[in-house]
Amino acid sequence: MSVVVRTIARIIVPMILAFGGYVIMHGHLTPGGGFQGGAVVASAVALIVVVFGAERLKRRKTLLSLLEDLGAIAFIALAFLGIGVTFFRNVLAGGGGLFGVPVPPGPNPGFLDTGGTLPLMNWAVGLKVIAGLGSVVVLFGLFGGKDDR
Amino acid sequence: MTLWGVLQVLTLVLIVAGAALAVWLKDLLAAVIALAASSLLLSLEFYLLQAPDVAIAEAGIGAALTTAIYILAIRKTRRKEEE
Repeated sequence: MSVVVRTIARIIVPMILAFGGYVIMHGHLTPGGGFQGGAVVASAVALIVVVFGAERLKRRKTLLSLLEDLGAIAFIALAFLGIGVTFFRNVLAGGGGLFGVPVPPGPNPGFLDTGGTLPLMNWAVGLKVIAGLGSVVVLFGLFGGKDDR
Repeated sequence: MTLWGVLQVLTLVLIVAGAALAVWLKDLLAAVIALAASSLLLSLEFYLLQAPDVAIAEAGIGAALTTAIYILAIRKTRRKEEE
């Protein structure tokens, strides 16, 4: 692609990554969550593939595959944490530990350190969606060999 | 009609116009851009209907990822549609 497109992409990719990370991190408080934030980050990967070519990300295929497996395993493991009572039981909520601050009753602006296992599950889903959609775009860019620009 | 209603009707008309443009254009890259604009306006319409969750998903998947996949496909094949 041209110099203009490459320069703009270099400026805008960190912004897309920051916004995607924000959507994933605040998934239990604001609109969005693991899937939406993962899709936003994967669109940054798609921008890199379209502008700089898929060859640049060719060596990261194994890393993306490993991250996708890690996301799925983390989600199932977090669900199995509460198997003592039921599958998917939120064992961390209200416990005072990680993400375990009790929420005061009534309207509030939203506290980040609440939600129990839900933020961790958002991270797991986000990791899986980033790696899955990202590897789809990278493999699609690599398919068919040389580009006809 | 309120300002909110006018904005919504305008958005819906522009969505249909973008979709018709995507069918009508012979240059496939321009058609993909029209489809992306239509998808982005659909995301705005979801936001106006107070579904911001769906709007983020539509903007990420519909406007960004499908456009990237179409552009990669056009780059590996032909740009002009055959008669």
